[in-house]
Amino acid sequence: MQKLRNHISPGWWLVAPFLVLVVCLYLGPLMNILWLSVSDPEPGLGNYANLFESETLPRIIWTTVRICIITTLLSVSLGYCLAYAMVHAYRKEQNMMLTFLLVSFWISILVRTFSWLMLLGRKGLVNEWLDAIGIISEPIAFMRNELGVLIGMVHYMVPYAVLPLLVNMQTLDQRVMSASRNLGATGAQTFFRIYLPMTKPGIVASVLLVFILSLGFYVTPAVLGGGKVLMVAEYISVQLLITLKWGIAAMLAALMLFGVLVMLWVMNRFMKLSTVFGGATS
Amino acid sequence: MKPSFLSLFNRAGAWVLLMFLVLPALIAIPVSLTPKRFLSMPKGEFSLRHFEKLFTSENWLSSFGQSAVIASSTSFLATALGTLCAIGLWRISSKYSEVVRAFLLLPLIIPQIISAMAFYRLWIPMGLLDSYSGLIIAHTILAAPMVLITVSASLANFDPKLEQASRNLGASNWTTMRRVILPSVRPGVMAGALFAFILSWDEIVVTLFISKFKVYTLPRRMWNGIRENTDPTVAAAAVVLIAITIIAFVVSALISRRRTQPDHT
Repeated sequence: MQKLRNHISPGWWLVAPFLVLVVCLYLGPLMNILWLSVSDPEPGLGNYANLFESETLPRIIWTTVRICIITTLLSVSLGYCLAYAMVHAYRKEQNMMLTFLLVSFWISILVRTFSWLMLLGRKGLVNEWLDAIGIISEPIAFMRNELGVLIGMVHYMVPYAVLPLLVNMQTLDQRVMSASRNLGATGAQTFFRIYLPMTKPGIVASVLLVFILSLGFYVTPAVLGGGKVLMVAEYISVQLLITLKWGIAAMLAALMLFGVLVMLWVMNRFMKLSTVFGGATS
Repeated sequence: MKPSFLSLFNRAGAWVLLMFLVLPALIAIPVSLTPKRFLSMPKGEFSLRHFEKLFTSENWLSSFGQSAVIASSTSFLATALGTLCAIGLWRISSKYSEVVRAFLLLPLIIPQIISAMAFYRLWIPMGLLDSYSGLIIAHTILAAPMVLITVSASLANFDPKLEQASRNLGASNWTTMRRVILPSVRPGVMAGALFAFILSWDEIVVTLFISKFKVYTLPRRMWNGIRENTDPTVAAAAVVLIAITIIAFVVSALISRRRTQPDHT
């Protein structure tokens, strides 16, 4: 016993409470979900076969993936410009920009979704303003379609896209860029051949983080999509709470979980998860 | 190097983007001041009636209370568990502990709809559905990884020699923990507690699944209000939430300012 004790660091006693909690009350039921995907309503791969047989499932998955890809591209490109501007701004301006970014980061998702509902509706403010300045004669449909979902999602994801990029850009050695300029490269050459490749870890982390978060996003698509844009997360909730088809929901959850874990594994090779989130808490 | 035209353009663009991020949320303020009974922009006339309704409605007040109880309990539990766990992992620092750390951060990043499903499935047989303890446990599992991150960040700056010194001078494990380690990671612990509170206070997806009638948190009531999309009381609640976010933000900024400035006391 004493020997065993010497081998096991006493630190594990401190880790144990939370570890036990997560294993019993989180990992356990997650495994149960995976199990359900091959056992409910009957044992076998019937639920997975549904992916190829039904018409709705591939459509929902395609909608989800398409929206996630567009959201990720937009959020990361916008985030890149923002992070670049922040890193190159003067100290005082940089702090102000960071404050704005983090305030938007911490404002409740429900508050933001509610605001978009007010702004984007048929008689919402955006349509009213556009009408008032005479750009449009018919109100533009922003809601109950993918456009609305995209606006809401990009708005939510930009801060997440910025954080890993910011962490990455702050660690770059500025002298490398100066050297490139001194050796005769133009600004554009320096950016595309030196700066952009050096920010690759940040870009990869940012892309994967935003994609993972978009994949399971529930609130904004459900409200701004207004039932017209059905994504996987909402479909799962309908299966569980209304039609009570646990098997199908579990199968979709298993696919999503698998995808997320693969992406996390890739992300971990470029930037640690705690570094990515660390930016949000500083 | 003189700033080029392009970088000036980018800087202006960055500010436009930041405005796009922050300003839309503020639309709730004018909407909450409308004198009408339905959601609308006030036209020249303002009224505080929806705030009055918010603060006299039994339903809204009970939701505020319930959310406060759940978020405080979550924050307390998550901070305790997360802090212990961070200190433990920091002391072990082996390749196993890094694997465990990565595993324990998963609840933070796994889509909440999947977490919601897992909790829902387990809470039914455990009888935890629609109860305070059910929500608090679920939120604690989701929030403690956040504490783990903030405390670990604090520990990264802590000199392990201080711990050794304390032990060499005869302090017990417990005394070292209480008098040496905990005081030096305090900023991380406080920040973690704050973020755990916000996370629980604001959590909707898991809450939608594991609460029904008895427990009706603030996000749950807002969610209903948003879906019904008629009652301006939601706008008033949104304004209160924005105010709370800004207050929490100022508090956390003060904490981190103290962290970066040398202590004079």
